[in-house]
Amino acid sequence: MEKGNRLLIHIVLICLSIPAILPLIWMISTSFKAETQIYTNTGMQSFQISSLWPSPMHPQNYSEALQTVPFGIYLRNTLILCLLTVLGAVGSSAVVAYGFARIDFKGKEMWFALMVATMALPGQVTMIPVFTIFRNLGWYGTPLPLIVPAFTGSAFFIFLLTQFFRTLPAEMAEAARVDGSSEWRIFTQLVLPLSKPALATCALFQFLGTWNDFFGPLLYLNDPNSYTLAYGLQQFLSLHGGKWAQLMAASTIFTIPIIVLFFFAQKTFIQGIATTGGKS
Amino acid sequence: MKPGRTNNVTGYLFIAPWLIGFFVFTFIPFLQSIYLSFTRYNIITPPRWVGFANYQMLLTQDELFWKSALVTVKFAVIHVPLAVVVGVCLALLLNREVKGIAAYRTIFFLPSIVPTVATSVVFLWILNPTTGMINNLLRNFGIQGPAWLNDPFWAFWALVIMSLWGVGGSMVIYLAGLKDIPVHLYEAAIIDGATPIKRLRHVTLPMLSPVIFFNLVMGVIGAFQYFTQAYVMTPNGGPQDSTLFYSLYLFNRAWKYYDMGYASAMAWILFLIVVTLTAIVFRSQKKWVHYG
Repeated sequence: MEKGNRLLIHIVLICLSIPAILPLIWMISTSFKAETQIYTNTGMQSFQISSLWPSPMHPQNYSEALQTVPFGIYLRNTLILCLLTVLGAVGSSAVVAYGFARIDFKGKEMWFALMVATMALPGQVTMIPVFTIFRNLGWYGTPLPLIVPAFTGSAFFIFLLTQFFRTLPAEMAEAARVDGSSEWRIFTQLVLPLSKPALATCALFQFLGTWNDFFGPLLYLNDPNSYTLAYGLQQFLSLHGGKWAQLMAASTIFTIPIIVLFFFAQKTFIQGIATTGGKS
Repeated sequence: MKPGRTNNVTGYLFIAPWLIGFFVFTFIPFLQSIYLSFTRYNIITPPRWVGFANYQMLLTQDELFWKSALVTVKFAVIHVPLAVVVGVCLALLLNREVKGIAAYRTIFFLPSIVPTVATSVVFLWILNPTTGMINNLLRNFGIQGPAWLNDPFWAFWALVIMSLWGVGGSMVIYLAGLKDIPVHLYEAAIIDGATPIKRLRHVTLPMLSPVIFFNLVMGVIGAFQYFTQAYVMTPNGGPQDSTLFYSLYLFNRAWKYYDMGYASAMAWILFLIVVTLTAIVFRSQKKWVHYG
């Protein structure tokens, strides 16, 4: 590529990067600003680069936000939900996927096709009957409706893991079978250790899914002590709408862990998304 | 590879967790919701059979139903193709060997992993008519920005702009698709004297079409289930119901008015729309999707 061409690409990329990154910078910058800087004079101001820098620094927004709303408790609740749903969804999906990938049984194709079809079913269709099930069980207002379904596996993960298990070499499993190993033993001792990248992808997706989930907590949680971050942030917005500095502090607390996670698990993120898109 | 021996008991034991979940949380509720859509039901008292009354009411008397369907279709028609074009263009730009390309990719990808509720809250602030960043920026050019979410015309476009911000997820998928295109196709095209534009039209886009197709299907289905952003930013459906998305109206019917039978009928109409649209998109793929 010629030099001029290259420079042009850089200019285009930098121009496009600005709208991509500015909202995040604006979020973090506002979270450190004092109210006096946010609402200067008439409020009708134009944009200055220097206004991105909080002056004076007002980190108290964070402690004030934490005092208004118990985000510490929400964080704990969210992490517990993430842990349990990751264990449940990845564990059961792996078991089910092994059944689909490696064991021959009657009706397998039909069940697999049905499972894939459920992925296209809008959640709104089953929302009300499922809600009545949990209500009749007395689980409304507890986090159980957000946890228990994960343990029946996720159609999406089962699909991904089935594809993955099918690519693993069959010889070792055959040898183990000849030696009299049970399917369960082959699954746990041979297949699972070879599948760490695929399992990590599923774990990451489930973690993000639970961390982001707004609809589930909106339907089932009614006790502020069991709120998650996503739901707690929305509640904070609807109760304390105008407190932008505190709202941005809360949004930052909610977002930064995901960005940190991204930098630690960049490969899993990118490869996960890329493979899910390709295998339609 | 060859699967293991035929073993019905072991097989069903392995898929049992999903099978139980399928019946309890999907199949039985699916059937129940058909029944509920023909009833009046408020969760507390048992459902009462009303025949086709809900459907009749929806289709002939409920203006909000049509309004919400229209908002959703408008969003799908505008947002989905726009997201595909922007996503593909970004991927083409980022599929180059220039310095610091990894940093650019990260920058474009990051917005897509910001949690939806956080994105919505941040954009509420950015779109604030008096102190928000966007209108501040517009003032630099002497433009008095609109009232965004308080304006019946601009509220809808505010959500379109916001959803474009998260286009990085599909960009990664396109980027992976671009990497999968065999180099020899380009080499052959260059030998044949194809210009870069021709290479794009006759090599890149056809080879990328399955991935574009996948994103198109997901985008259309996603538009009909677009809820969280609309609910967080405009819980009542925005000025003059301009952001009353189908799923938002359905939710309000169910959980604000406890009109569960009516909401079930809406859910069933949604289901039929999604199935029909998916079928149409699948049918049309033969015309333009190239599976290499």
